[in-house]
Amino acid sequence: MNGATRDWMPSTSAELVRLRGRVLRDIRGWFWERDVTEVDTPALSSGAATDPNITSFAVRNGDTLYYLQTSPEFPMKRLLAAGSGDIYQVCHVFREGEAGTRHNPEFTMLEWYRVGLDMHGMMDDVESLIGAICAGRRRVGRSVRITYRQLMTDVTGLDPFGADEAELAGALDDAGVDLPKGLEGDRDGLLDLVLAALVEPTLDPEQPVFVHDFPVSQAALARVRPGMPPVAERFELFLGGMELANGFHELADPGEQQARFERDLARRCADGRTAPPMDRRFLDALRAGLPDCSGVALGLDRLMMFLAGADSIRDVLTFDISRA
Amino acid sequence: MATYSTSEFRSGLKILIDRDPCIIVENEFVKPGKGQAFNRVRIRNLKTGRVVDKTFKSGDSVEAADVVDTDMQYLYADGEFWHFMVPDTFEQYAADANAVEVARQWLKEQDVCQVTLWNNSPLTVTPPNFVELKIVQTDPGVRGDTAQGGVKPATLETGAVVKVPLFVEEGEVIKVDTRTGEYVSRVKE
Repeated sequence: MNGATRDWMPSTSAELVRLRGRVLRDIRGWFWERDVTEVDTPALSSGAATDPNITSFAVRNGDTLYYLQTSPEFPMKRLLAAGSGDIYQVCHVFREGEAGTRHNPEFTMLEWYRVGLDMHGMMDDVESLIGAICAGRRRVGRSVRITYRQLMTDVTGLDPFGADEAELAGALDDAGVDLPKGLEGDRDGLLDLVLAALVEPTLDPEQPVFVHDFPVSQAALARVRPGMPPVAERFELFLGGMELANGFHELADPGEQQARFERDLARRCADGRTAPPMDRRFLDALRAGLPDCSGVALGLDRLMMFLAGADSIRDVLTFDISRA
Repeated sequence: MATYSTSEFRSGLKILIDRDPCIIVENEFVKPGKGQAFNRVRIRNLKTGRVVDKTFKSGDSVEAADVVDTDMQYLYADGEFWHFMVPDTFEQYAADANAVEVARQWLKEQDVCQVTLWNNSPLTVTPPNFVELKIVQTDPGVRGDTAQGGVKPATLETGAVVKVPLFVEEGEVIKVDTRTGEYVSRVKE
């Protein structure tokens, strides 16, 4: 081969390149019919996601540090606060270190916001879009909705709101999942591993499953609904054995939002990770007033994997990270 | 001490788990969208051959196992150790019975094997894929049976016993695939 390699070639097939083109056209048609405006916000931001489990790529413009977006959430909410009405965006987002059969450090997100919709209204919206895009391409079962608490209890017999760390660790041990170092006292980390290792594999891959009402400690940017116990108005859609979308009834309280950012940053410092600047302009937008709305972020590449029946994300990307 | 971060995990990587050298067979990155990321890894213990699943928090590091594969010529066995030599440097290494457990029945003096060194001592020995060995004992074949593809056991000079076609005779040299332990062909002297 004289040292010549074949990695200039796409990691996907010509057929799937065309399928993605048609899916994008259908997505745009679906939003057009509903009068949702397509927007285009910058991928660079002077503020970054504070999420303790997400790492932003930092890039330089001269002496100024910027961050590549890990989702277009902040600028889109700034548009909403400025009176945009319903909006959607298809864009590339970037998360450092995330690579595997379902992850690529750069991937395509479909994110949209609906003014006046609550969490269940937003799940209806996602269900409708999934149905429209899968029609004629791949059969999907009837979708179901289940609370996080019910799902975790059904599969493990443990109440995720009541079980202590030792019980969660015991459930993992019983299932033959060894406990990683440093996870013993990390309640959310244990819940995450239970969800990923024990619960996800039991879900029917042909059926959209909406899991909603998450623990408050996993609220991210969702509103908390008071109750016994209080829950985060957050949902996740599982399909094809994958987590396909994550949605919130959006938190609009700037004080609460800032407090969550500060908690995130404290956690990052405690974990010995970088603490990027929180997005001041986003907080200012909340202070000016975010309309009551719900939003969802859907991994477009994973939707493509489901449509194509692909085992690896690289099969649906033009050039995965190893060929980028 | 060299370490690998979970982001460097891939199949074939050699790491130390509970002080034993292991090789990564499969690596899967799993991450709930807003949650902790994990690497779920299938590893084979290079000493015991056992395959186990381990879970790591992504971003954690593990110690690298100082394991290298080197081609060496098999010299002789002294009853306790099997002796090998690096042809270029004449460096010699002594492998114990554990290290040659699988390979010993195929080892013929002068043959070049792959010796896996851990901390500079032989961990395992992998024989050549094909070896040529003399048959020291087999029953006489019965003519006319070849069409049915009949086979019979034959003992080789190294002590290995393989199934050979009926027409193969004592004293002949045959080629054997060590990965399957199967007869391949006769070798003309």
